[in-house]
Amino acid sequence: MATDATTVAPVGVQSAEIRRATAGLWSDALWRLRRDPTTIAALIVLVIMVALALGADLLADNFFHWSFTKQDILSSYEKPSLSEPAMWLGSDQLGRSQVVRLLYGARVSLFIGTFGAATSMLIGIVLGVTAGYFRGWWDDLVVWLVTTLNSIPTLFLLLIVGLLFRLAPLPLAIFLGALGWLGIANLARGQTISLREREYVLAARTIGATPLRVMWRHIFPNILPLMIILAMTDVGGLILTESALSYLGFGIQPPVPSWGNMLTGATQFLSKGPWLVYAPGVMIWITVLCLYLVGDGLRDALDPRLRGVGGGGGRK
Amino acid sequence: MGRFIARRLVQAIPTLFGVLLLTFLLTRLSPADPVQLMLGGQFDITPEDRERLRQSLGLNDPLPLQFVNWLWHVVQLDFGNSFYYHRPVIQMIGERIPNSLQISISALLITVAVGVPLGVIAALRRGGLVDHAIRIFSVSGHAIPTFWFGLIFVLVLGVQLRWFPIGSMNVIGNDCTVCWDRLWHLIGPVAVISIGGIANLPRILRTEVLEVISQDYVRTARSKGLKERVVISGHVLRNALIPVVTLFGGLLTIFVGGALVIEQVFNWPGIGRLTFEAAINKDYPLVQAGVVFSSLLLILSYIVRDISYALVDPRIKVR
Repeated sequence: MATDATTVAPVGVQSAEIRRATAGLWSDALWRLRRDPTTIAALIVLVIMVALALGADLLADNFFHWSFTKQDILSSYEKPSLSEPAMWLGSDQLGRSQVVRLLYGARVSLFIGTFGAATSMLIGIVLGVTAGYFRGWWDDLVVWLVTTLNSIPTLFLLLIVGLLFRLAPLPLAIFLGALGWLGIANLARGQTISLREREYVLAARTIGATPLRVMWRHIFPNILPLMIILAMTDVGGLILTESALSYLGFGIQPPVPSWGNMLTGATQFLSKGPWLVYAPGVMIWITVLCLYLVGDGLRDALDPRLRGVGGGGGRK
Repeated sequence: MGRFIARRLVQAIPTLFGVLLLTFLLTRLSPADPVQLMLGGQFDITPEDRERLRQSLGLNDPLPLQFVNWLWHVVQLDFGNSFYYHRPVIQMIGERIPNSLQISISALLITVAVGVPLGVIAALRRGGLVDHAIRIFSVSGHAIPTFWFGLIFVLVLGVQLRWFPIGSMNVIGNDCTVCWDRLWHLIGPVAVISIGGIANLPRILRTEVLEVISQDYVRTARSKGLKERVVISGHVLRNALIPVVTLFGGLLTIFVGGALVIEQVFNWPGIGRLTFEAAINKDYPLVQAGVVFSSLLLILSYIVRDISYALVDPRIKVR
């Protein structure tokens, strides 16, 4: 078979293709990614967002000279102005700097998105792969769990949880993740069911590989790229859920600013400070949009055949 | 077909059981004491009275027995009385469900009416300016936080321009259900909640149309001289729409789940807002019923989706 291929194509083309083929999945993906300006742009925006969120303390102290808790009742509802950096986006009902609070909000949103998605991935992959590999009663149980959780609107379920506990950001992230693994588990299960019938899995089993080894070494690496793409979209979805939950007052609790709970404050005085409504929403929108775009771009880069399958945006 | 529907209904039973079990467990895990919540601010109650109430409510029974008891009542549609309003919960839910359905059904119709033409145009003008515009709209509509979009609608079109009401279902003093006034109030929440679906539908339909349009039978239809309009609506769309039906499940999830926050933004007295207010008041029976009924709506819509899927595509065999 191999000699067949070498004799058909001219030497020059052949060697180039071999170099590309042996470059491996990830560097190959990088090669394609570099030729995709939209994804690169979205990625840059995300990197800036992460840098700003991580440097929030530094910026608040040295540039804005305004902490996120600092109140100044006398200058409440200050309109956005360029007079001093802290008032770039105006101030809220307590005279707190909107722009500084947005920075800290970015920290909360990105933190919850990433940790939540990591939790989702962990639970989803473990349950999905084992269900797909072992089948039987375990598979039935996992499928039942997925169907059940899928039938309860997420926000309603979170409302009950919010009723019981006032969660700090980390537990909230884990909890959101623990409810958001359904899509990942479904996909992991489906992929595993089709992969376990492949010859190489059979070969591994014949030479005595344990189920754990087969799943970890032979199935997991094959589904990982797909899972990463899904996780990217998941981060966006989680940020949206967290903001809605915090807006309703059941998520991140003040005084910790999150983009969601900043909107709660803003809507109580809609006509007095309309500028307070725009910025947090635009931040959520841009962040989620970039995450979806990067997810899409990664999908196309990792596997061009998957164009148009799943993911957030679906560009050509 | 009858057997298919029957089987699908039976399949929903374990799911419904799971929903009830989860709802029960989560609310019973609560550190709050239901007796305390029921009695609220009444202080002239002796500990003995409390204990008697506790006993009569069955709160001293073992947890599995409590669940079976609760289940037995729930199956008879008895969710108990609201702690806050002291009215049968089922009655309150019943009053609100039509209001919520009004939003989600209108949103579904709007999504189809706007999304289908957009998807077809995007596919037919592939690579053109319209296609790109629809794609950008698709991606950004998918990423927008719906409740914030609602807030902007209220702020700009309601508070600032005064084109639309800023909330509730009717002008005060008017309580008609089918009239211009209601329609005028309905536009905001429906437009906002449809945005997710309108962003999604064209994207999926576009891929389907492009796939169907390259099939042999479409070429046959064209070569026998049919008008392009007839080919698109009669031959292409019929097949391209089949996979789109599966999207309706996802849409209904958005509509039922999104109702919670959209009804809040637009002050719409539906089941979502009822549940939200119940959660604020720590009104456990009402929250339980709200969660169970919204899940029930979702389960039913999944069943309707599967049935319509089987109806539009005869190749789907009853499994």
